[in-house]
Amino acid sequence: MALDRWIALIVLLICLAYGYTAFFTMDEGLPPFMRRSPIWPSTFPKVLSVLTGITALLIVIGVEKSDGSIRDGGINYRRLGDYKIGQAAGLLALMVAYALLLRPMGFLLSTSGFLFLSATVLGERKWIRLLVISALASGFVWYLVQVVLGIFLRPLPYILT
Amino acid sequence: MIEGLLLGLGTAFSITNILMVVGGCLIGTFIGMLPGLGPMSIIAIMIPIAITIGDPSAALILLAGVYYGAIFGGSTSSILINAPGVASTVATSFDGYPMARQGKAGKALTVAAIASFCGGTIGAILLMIFAPALASVALLFHSAEYFALMVVGLSAIAAFAGTGQVGKALLMTLLGLIMATVGEGALFNLPRFTMGIMDLQSGFGFITLAMAMFALPEALYLVLDPARSNSGKANEEIKDLRITRAEARAIAPVVGRQSIQGFLIGVLPGAGATIASFLGYAVERNIASKEDQAQFGKGSVKGLAAPESANNAACTGSFVPLLTLGIPGSGTTAILLGALIALNVSPGPRLMIDQPEIFWSVIISMYVGNVILLVLNLPLIPYIAKVLTIPRNYLIPFILFFTLMGAYIGQNNATELLILVGFGICATVLRFANYPLAPLLIGFILGRMLEDNFSRSMQLYDGLRFVLERPMTMGLLALAVLLVALPSYRARRARLRSQGIASGD
Repeated sequence: MALDRWIALIVLLICLAYGYTAFFTMDEGLPPFMRRSPIWPSTFPKVLSVLTGITALLIVIGVEKSDGSIRDGGINYRRLGDYKIGQAAGLLALMVAYALLLRPMGFLLSTSGFLFLSATVLGERKWIRLLVISALASGFVWYLVQVVLGIFLRPLPYILT
Repeated sequence: MIEGLLLGLGTAFSITNILMVVGGCLIGTFIGMLPGLGPMSIIAIMIPIAITIGDPSAALILLAGVYYGAIFGGSTSSILINAPGVASTVATSFDGYPMARQGKAGKALTVAAIASFCGGTIGAILLMIFAPALASVALLFHSAEYFALMVVGLSAIAAFAGTGQVGKALLMTLLGLIMATVGEGALFNLPRFTMGIMDLQSGFGFITLAMAMFALPEALYLVLDPARSNSGKANEEIKDLRITRAEARAIAPVVGRQSIQGFLIGVLPGAGATIASFLGYAVERNIASKEDQAQFGKGSVKGLAAPESANNAACTGSFVPLLTLGIPGSGTTAILLGALIALNVSPGPRLMIDQPEIFWSVIISMYVGNVILLVLNLPLIPYIAKVLTIPRNYLIPFILFFTLMGAYIGQNNATELLILVGFGICATVLRFANYPLAPLLIGFILGRMLEDNFSRSMQLYDGLRFVLERPMTMGLLALAVLLVALPSYRARRARLRSQGIASGD
């Protein structure tokens, strides 16, 4: 089974859970006065779950076959090993780490760390130039966001402020 | 109209707004040139900045400037290094890149700039004529018709997705609508589908979603496949920007035709600049004379001018449904709609009555923006093109960082970043399997409005009777069903026929 049909199957499962909530559990706590209204909070989700279920099922059983070709220089997922999958995974891990560390470590440190490490993951080895660029860039963006745009970003680690 | 124009002139020619156009065009050109950041990602990154400005006219002028600047920048990288930064400039590279290879890069850029200028300007004139007319019709619409109109828009987006893709586009649209129901609805104030997670109380952030659907997958594609970025190749000198009189005469009719055709395609929901540019290229090749036809693909000025004028006119055209009906027809206008809602402006037929200065100043700023792209950006292109020499090792971390920042600044919430990464991975997998992502975002942004209008008509007519009692609603809904059913039926019949099975009629 091709990837697009697997995805449709996953969407179908999500849709079943969504539909179950809409049809059976959502209306339990609905106050009586709202029950007289022709539209309930669950009405629209019910319609959506039915339509999505049908569409997903049609794709799963393969009514509309796609040609399976790779478009606009896309990536052939069957040969993911040929691509730089390790670099991509490393960068995603760094993004997650950035999300978790942004608050506790402060903007300046976490951003320069992120820029420095992600360029390293990509194969950059001119450490000093890289360090200077990351530090300057994070300082500049912090100034732009905090001072020009007026959006608060904690610059320094939690313990220092 | 004169009154509106004067009002627009007054608003658009303030110092701030002129700065916005100039800044928007420059930023757009600059970033649009980079592979991996299309207009949608750039606009999504710019939204927090636009919202901080506070004035809706200035914000929309800035974002519109970024939009056509990005398209212009995209054509520059198509011509110079055959790496279109934007899908709608892929057709530009067919003839633009061969011209650059022949050492005529300067000439190609000038042709592209002039064609874009004419496309954009003619588009703006048509927008000025069409939009008020359409808006006055739209004033007669009830919530029932709005509901039906949005359904038509969403089905049209699925229908234009291409052979074998209608079902996938439809599924993505529906998934977007489902995602829009997460959080507190406007009509009920009840949290729905939040699974007890506090951060989902207000629903998914649309900037986060936009970044996850477009910027992040594109950046991951660049990481996975280094050949895509192609950066570091544009070292050739760009010189001799002039074109001859004969060339100008050759492209004039092409530009005229394609501006009008592109505009009309841009107005259709779901079609947009990409389809307009490919169709424009194909049409011009078919109607060209034999010797001109042989030139197409080998550096024909006509083949370069056609997609360039068409995609710019289509960009302008896509503002028609956005500004008059409040219904976006493309991913980019969907993001603009999200920005307008964040600024407390509700686009729709009443926009021209309640806040005419926004509408008219945007139109005037389009003229100004086109002039700026021509007289300011074109001479600067050799310098701006230096951005293409940024090595991949530096480019990708910054693209990822701007993606993260865009999602973070909008909500000031670190959980948003985790959602971004999660959705970004899902979106990349969806792209592997050729699922179109723009319908998901459009569905997400229209979802709440669709439900509100649906609920309002249900309440007014005490049930589904509104479909039967309002002929226009019924007609529109029938059109929507037809739009989805017809392409899939024809694709199926074509497939059966190719397998040698009789079609029956």
